Amino acid sequence: MTGAVRLGVVLLCHTQLDMAARMARIWAAGGARVVIHVDAKAPADAVAGLKASLGDLDGILYSRRHRCGWGRFSLVRATQDAAEALLAAHPDLTHVYLASGSCLPLRPVGDLLDHLALDPHRDHIESVNALDVGWTVGGLNEERFTFYYPLDWRRQRWMFDRLTNLQRALGIRRRVPKGITPHLGSQWWCLTATTLRAILEDPRRAEFDRYFRSTWIPDESYFQTLARRHAIRIESQSLTLAKFDHDGKPYQLYDDHALLLEESRCFVARKVWHGAAGLMAQFPKAAPGNGSHALPQPQRFERLINRTVRRRLLGRPGLYMQSRFPRKDCENGKTSAPYAVFQGFADIFPDFETWLGGHVEADVHGHLLGPDEVEFAGRPEIGPGAISSSTALRDRDPHGFLTGLIRITPRMQVFQFSPRDNQAMNWFMATDPNAQFHVVTGAWMLPLLGSEMPFDDVRRVAAQLQRAELAQLDILNSVWVKARVQVHELTDFLARPQAIMQAALQQLQVPTQPVDDLPPMRDMTGLAELLRQLRNSGLRPRLTGEGLPQVEPRPIDEMMPERTAAE
Amino acid sequence: MALKRHSLIPERLRRRAERQYLIARAVNRRRALKPVVDRTARIGKGAILAFVTLRNERERLPYFLDYYRRLGIDHFLFVNNDSDDGSGAYLRDQPDVSLWWTRASYKKSRFGMDWINWLLLRYGTGHWCLTVDPDEFLTYPHCDSRPLQALTSWLDGSGRTSFPAMLLDMYPQGDIEDTPYEEGGDPFAIASWFDPANYTISKNSYYGNLWIQGGPRTREFFRADPLAGPALNKIPLVKWHWRYAYVSSTHMLLPRQVNLVYDEDGGEQASGCLLHAKFLSTFARKSEEELDRRQHYADSQEYQAYHAGLRKGTNLWCSESREFRDWRQLEDLGLISRGNWA
Repeated sequence: MTGAVRLGVVLLCHTQLDMAARMARIWAAGGARVVIHVDAKAPADAVAGLKASLGDLDGILYSRRHRCGWGRFSLVRATQDAAEALLAAHPDLTHVYLASGSCLPLRPVGDLLDHLALDPHRDHIESVNALDVGWTVGGLNEERFTFYYPLDWRRQRWMFDRLTNLQRALGIRRRVPKGITPHLGSQWWCLTATTLRAILEDPRRAEFDRYFRSTWIPDESYFQTLARRHAIRIESQSLTLAKFDHDGKPYQLYDDHALLLEESRCFVARKVWHGAAGLMAQFPKAAPGNGSHALPQPQRFERLINRTVRRRLLGRPGLYMQSRFPRKDCENGKTSAPYAVFQGFADIFPDFETWLGGHVEADVHGHLLGPDEVEFAGRPEIGPGAISSSTALRDRDPHGFLTGLIRITPRMQVFQFSPRDNQAMNWFMATDPNAQFHVVTGAWMLPLLGSEMPFDDVRRVAAQLQRAELAQLDILNSVWVKARVQVHELTDFLARPQAIMQAALQQLQVPTQPVDDLPPMRDMTGLAELLRQLRNSGLRPRLTGEGLPQVEPRPIDEMMPERTAAE
Repeated sequence: MALKRHSLIPERLRRRAERQYLIARAVNRRRALKPVVDRTARIGKGAILAFVTLRNERERLPYFLDYYRRLGIDHFLFVNNDSDDGSGAYLRDQPDVSLWWTRASYKKSRFGMDWINWLLLRYGTGHWCLTVDPDEFLTYPHCDSRPLQALTSWLDGSGRTSFPAMLLDMYPQGDIEDTPYEEGGDPFAIASWFDPANYTISKNSYYGNLWIQGGPRTREFFRADPLAGPALNKIPLVKWHWRYAYVSSTHMLLPRQVNLVYDEDGGEQASGCLLHAKFLSTFARKSEEELDRRQHYADSQEYQAYHAGLRKGTNLWCSESREFRDWRQLEDLGLISRGNWA
């Protein structure tokens, strides 16, 4: 025993009694007095085994057994009885530690005694005012204290929820006994014997017990609340490292956590998986050198847990896989990285893809969603991530195709797009903040210029493509757009291509070369004539813009009707 | 499927009828199974069981048993579908194996699932049950440091009854025939490559499962007809209840909620992978044999495609293939996830 601190330990055990026996042995070997409460539900032979295996240690007490239900007052009752038995048997104790059979002491009990001796009148119990929201995870907060909870949440969940809703609807508010303010905190604490005695021998204990009996999860509030009434100084942090996940379930500890636990310098950790033999063999472990006075630093461990909770709740943006398949608009990030879509540029500049590839630090693909082939940069048969260039495979799941490509490649993805391509991704990309659209409308018409197709076919194709692009522009102009969209009409673009190109490249936000030259432009002779022919055949071109140079003005043009306001 | 999709009967009732049909069928087919050695009395409380159907897999068995024993399988229940290569004799002598023998048609027993459903019903209830083929090797987050019991007790604690593990096709660099597989050897020392990111997913709203396709088989053999490619989604690890039944291989089960192993609100559930050691030197012989028997799914269409492909000397490796390192690599690639199992 170090100094004046004499420690008693209340060990609450439910299952895995063999592990509990090991823990009891660790505590007892460190000089602590131990009282064990075994859940009345534990089978008799297991209890006999526990007692037999601890038979060589004297001074181990066994308190009256209660049937413990999760979140019920029975847990508090068990603690009370065990603590009373402990204090009665060892009246000289100065501190009592509440631990479970799966709480593993990480440091020698002597370290803990030294730590307690620093301020022998301090109570180590996490105790947070229940009105200050945010202590609880995945459950009720203030309502724990204002409603009645006669039912077991685990076994009678449906009725439990109904009853809670009913009380909410009826506006029931239980009165908290005078003189106490509800507090919450980790159920694992270390109180001074003085405080604990004061709680147990409080003249109003019957009243408090009655009140807490029908609150919810009183093991997280009974001692936490009453300690505020009796303690001199409270250190509102548990000495037991215990983290909960988003469901309020404690994290289990495994062999591979050993290093992290050692670095945490915490005294006790829960909850150890019963098969983690490595942990139990390794701990408690004295710190090397002069580390016995080191203070607990659980932050790194807590970061790991928080990271995992984030992964469970938010996941990795842009990932679609067997255990993460978000509904539309629940994606937490539709894609994993920024990407850019160039539409029309490759029609104006046939060499645009190569030229752009030389000007930006990005993977510049051709028409990834094209009709004939998935045009990966360099046209490999199998693209990044072993994605096939087969259009049939791509069109089986275009979402998976695009998101997978973006996620597997380290550099920014840039690709060409046109109304000729698969339009299935339009809404997805338009509502994705990672997307950038640079569109020159009506440019799809240029490849028709050089085609040798009969005019009827040209007209039919032009009608299809124009319809596709108009539908796409409807999406890009909708109020749900999250992508960055730059739309230029063909004539606007042709008026000042260099400036627009420069602006587009700057927007990519990757290292770019200055645009001092443009790739060779497609020969545009005959465009005005084609437009005129289309117009005359009844297909009004709506996307190329106004003001194309009229190469061969003919009298008939003057006969064309003006665009009406409605258009 | 036994029942028509578009009917007036509510889906829930149709699913229930189908489940009852599958269970009845499994019970009915139990007579096809002749017990060879029954050590099921040794199955203890909380034991993790493995259920396997096999035919002529003798040279794979030593490594298979070794792998899963190390992982924490307590008892193996094998159905020997008329092997003639000594598989039965080998298994009979293993202390933790119970063995059944049958000559019945693999195809007519729904590709062995009737037999497995029966064994699961009879011996699996209340246990975590892993249903795999002899060429499937389960890997899951932390599998290098935590045994299968750690996973199942965590799943129990989280209130989950099933654990998904997508099939990941592994293949060697170079022709499949080049490096012969030696009995007892680690197949992934040879077939150590996989496709990282070419998987397609769609949701089957009737059964609730995800339908995953892709990987090297789809990329090489089903370029023109992606829907015919093999399904890769699997739910091999289930805390069995006698009311459950596998519907189609281990791709999906009934009741439906057992298939809901994925998160739809953007989060990630825990999941693993079944490393698929199919593409070894043993494959060509096997595919020829299976092609003769025509006992596989959809008239062995898959095997026909492989065989045509493999005859041409195709090799599955490409410059984008990744070499398998460990589960962390799979997690970084987004093929598996630790979910909230820190």
